[in-house]
Amino acid sequence: MLSLQGISKTFYPGTINEKTALSNLSLEVKDGDFITIIGSNGAGKSTLFNAISGVFYVDEGTITLGGQNITYRPEHKRSRTIGRLFQDPLKGTAPHMTIEENLALAYLRSSRGNAPFSRISKKDRAMFRDHLSLLGMGLEDRMGHPVGMLSGGQRQALTLLMATLVPPQLLLLDEHTAALDPATADQVLKLTREIVARDHITCLMVTHNMSQALELGNRTLMMAEGKVVLDVEGEQREGMTVQDLLEQFKAGTGQQLDNDRMLLS
Amino acid sequence: MLYIVQTALELGFLYALVAMALFLSYRILDIADLTTDGAFVLGAAVSVTVTAAGHPILAIPATMATGACAGFVTAFLQTRLGVPSILAGIITNTGLYTVNLMVMGWSSNVSLLKDDTIFSLFRKTGIGGAWYDTVLAGGVTVLMAVLLVLFLGTRLGLSIRATGDNRDMVRASSVNPTFTITVGLCIANALTALSGGMVGQYQRTADINGGTGIVVIGLACLIIGETVLGRRSILKGSIAVIVGSILYRLVYAIVLYTKVVPVEGLKLVTAFIVGLAIAAPALRSWAAFQKKKAMAGKGGKG
Repeated sequence: MLSLQGISKTFYPGTINEKTALSNLSLEVKDGDFITIIGSNGAGKSTLFNAISGVFYVDEGTITLGGQNITYRPEHKRSRTIGRLFQDPLKGTAPHMTIEENLALAYLRSSRGNAPFSRISKKDRAMFRDHLSLLGMGLEDRMGHPVGMLSGGQRQALTLLMATLVPPQLLLLDEHTAALDPATADQVLKLTREIVARDHITCLMVTHNMSQALELGNRTLMMAEGKVVLDVEGEQREGMTVQDLLEQFKAGTGQQLDNDRMLLS
Repeated sequence: MLYIVQTALELGFLYALVAMALFLSYRILDIADLTTDGAFVLGAAVSVTVTAAGHPILAIPATMATGACAGFVTAFLQTRLGVPSILAGIITNTGLYTVNLMVMGWSSNVSLLKDDTIFSLFRKTGIGGAWYDTVLAGGVTVLMAVLLVLFLGTRLGLSIRATGDNRDMVRASSVNPTFTITVGLCIANALTALSGGMVGQYQRTADINGGTGIVVIGLACLIIGETVLGRRSILKGSIAVIVGSILYRLVYAIVLYTKVVPVEGLKLVTAFIVGLAIAAPALRSWAAFQKKKAMAGKGGKG
């Protein structure tokens, strides 16, 4: 499905700020995997997502998605098959466009090929309504409102809907509930779970919540210094506790897990 | 008096296309496109030259095509070559000066004497009677507004709007900002050139300096319209530019007629109004801050 082979990325090479963000990292993701990723600050989790989605090109290694080599494919082309959600709920939607227009943009780009003058039909609009009502936030009655008037949680739920309206090959969630209040975060997480399960979307999710990392999905990765230091799934993962995870991390890297947000949660 | 209103309507409709172009580039794409002045003269020059050669109708698509080319150069400079967007417009604008002279046969102005223009051809159809100029100008402008509104609801149109609204989102949602900015600037400058082309045939002349300050006047029209109608939706915005442009020309005509302000002073007044209008949010927050500071000062002493 997704295959990373020996990818490396160094920022600011040859300067005093040189930072190796990804170091010869390899990863095989199977179709339908829901992988949670945890790691210290600066371990390379977000960098990994940026490499997969094409924010920058990797220095070394190859990236294959669905059998196609996408290592040098530009970001906007990869976005057709890779959905993304960021921590900041403001990043995923256009505030001055209405809910319907945001959905239309997301839907038309992935459903109608390249026809630049395609428009949404009445049928599409009814379909948007149905999907919005599934969010349980009353957004289906506010389709003509600008998105800038919604709360962070509503915007994030809408972004999730936009990213999955036409199921992507791969969904990348970069701490997408971290900026929300606990109740809203739970709600968005529940929606994420339902949608991912319903459409069998292959999904990678960065989280700072260790118990969440073990509870959600079928596989957990731990990252440190641009490498995957722990990769558990199946039976091994079933019985694991947060304590086990911390010990494994220490054994794998020789250091304590250090993530400011993790300590608080 | 009726004559003043008629002239204001005609010029208002004709120049509304510039305000519409700025609505697209400045409001929707969030780019200050200074190609406008040059693109306007380019439109006038092409239109008058082609009309003089005997093709007044062909002149219209020709102006739009050349305007789109000018927009493409500006877009290319800023999206592919990393030139800051304002500078890109100024560079194109400067180059256009020579291009415009060249189009006009290396002369600083060209005139149409007895040649047929789209206006004289339209008059022969008898539609609109004595208001034929107004009907044609209004018809073209309203048609362009309708096309623009329809276009902005398509996949490409929505992508252009998202590009100006949230760059972060655009990167994550398979929109290529290089492409959307290019298309947006091409359309905007095609509209500006169309305005120049229509005005050129209407006034039967093109002047190399005819576009000076047109970008600021266009912004003034945009701002006047938005003040009157609000700036919520695309449809409202498109109507607002037309209303704003007509209001601006009315004020202009009244000033011309009554001479309250010397006509030579009108550009200064326009510049002042536009500067003030664009500065309004900053001025408001400054005033609010001063008020807060004054209140805090009082509270501290008391």
